[in-house]
Amino acid sequence: MTDMLLLLVGAILVNNFVLTQFLGLCPFMGTSGKLETAVGMAAATTFVLTLSSACTYLLYHYLLQPFELVFLRTISYILVIAVVVNFTEMVMHKTAPVLYRVLGIFLPLITTNCAVLGVALINDNRANTFAESVFYGFGAAAGFSLVLILFSAMRERIAAADVPEPFQGPAIALITAGVMSLAFMGFAALV
Amino acid sequence: MTAHSLLSSLLPLLTPIVMLLALALLFGGLLGFAATRFRVEGNPLVDRVNALLPQTQCGQCGHPGCKPYAAAIAAGGAINKCPPGGKATIAALADLLGVAAEPLDATHGVESSRKVAYIREAECIGCTKCIQACPVDAILGSARHMHTVIVSECTGCDLCVAPCPVDCIDMIPAQTALQRWHWPLPEPAALIASDRRQGVHA
Repeated sequence: MTDMLLLLVGAILVNNFVLTQFLGLCPFMGTSGKLETAVGMAAATTFVLTLSSACTYLLYHYLLQPFELVFLRTISYILVIAVVVNFTEMVMHKTAPVLYRVLGIFLPLITTNCAVLGVALINDNRANTFAESVFYGFGAAAGFSLVLILFSAMRERIAAADVPEPFQGPAIALITAGVMSLAFMGFAALV
Repeated sequence: MTAHSLLSSLLPLLTPIVMLLALALLFGGLLGFAATRFRVEGNPLVDRVNALLPQTQCGQCGHPGCKPYAAAIAAGGAINKCPPGGKATIAALADLLGVAAEPLDATHGVESSRKVAYIREAECIGCTKCIQACPVDAILGSARHMHTVIVSECTGCDLCVAPCPVDCIDMIPAQTALQRWHWPLPEPAALIASDRRQGVHA
């Protein structure tokens, strides 16, 4: 149990996917303009990432490894992630139309979130068990959600601030993300 | 290289190809199943009603656009709130829904010929207020620069007239392009008494 907790804290704070490993930067920049969209994106990514890390674990250990096809890892993971996202979208459209309308375009965009593929590949490299993989995926998504929501709250304040003209828009956003990343370095020796 | 050695050199490729094909087939089947199992039925009536509305997006009916009004009609709302569509639209809606046609509700406006917005460009101060008001993005321009109307996009909803601070927008009768011109429809004659109740007036 302690191991799992450490894994979670490690994935959320210490090895945060966005601010420490620099994965998933495009949704981090793209959907953080408004707090509402950030929350929607965070929820959708959490769901997909947890599910896809379970699926890719099964694929790796029951198909790719026994048949010695580990070199097909990337292409087959992309396939799995695309299917999981697509399937989630269909089910959500049917069962939770309100959530579907809130998430809108962000749901299919998760397919191209490199953090999703990154978690799957890191899971293999760390030789995680099934439970560890799922927890690690969930932790990565929770860390992504945390910084995405924090960052969008900051950007809403920045939108109202008097930023010098050359720094307006994406420039100040990237600088802010850099400062955030520096702050997250403070967690380095936590676990 | 003989045919046999070529074949045996290709053999190691077989497993990955078969594996990827099998995966793709499995996932394709799964998605195909999900597409039918979790199919979302839109309300077909809303789309058919929407197709009959003039798509001016003018909001004179009290709804934010034509689609919301179509949804309201499909839910049993009144069909006589659309001034741009006028008598013809009401008759078509009555026909589709199997209800009696009513005269246009005058509280929502009166039917007039098709119009198009015209900006007197010498007087335009470039405030962009009409651009924000336009529901179909038919006004071109930017802040402190002259604006103009894209005639082919303008639906003649006159929503841009009220926000203009210098009153430089006129609604002028739309000219029918040669490609769109057609003979005017004959006025339907009231042949028998029941026609009058259907809203067909001579």
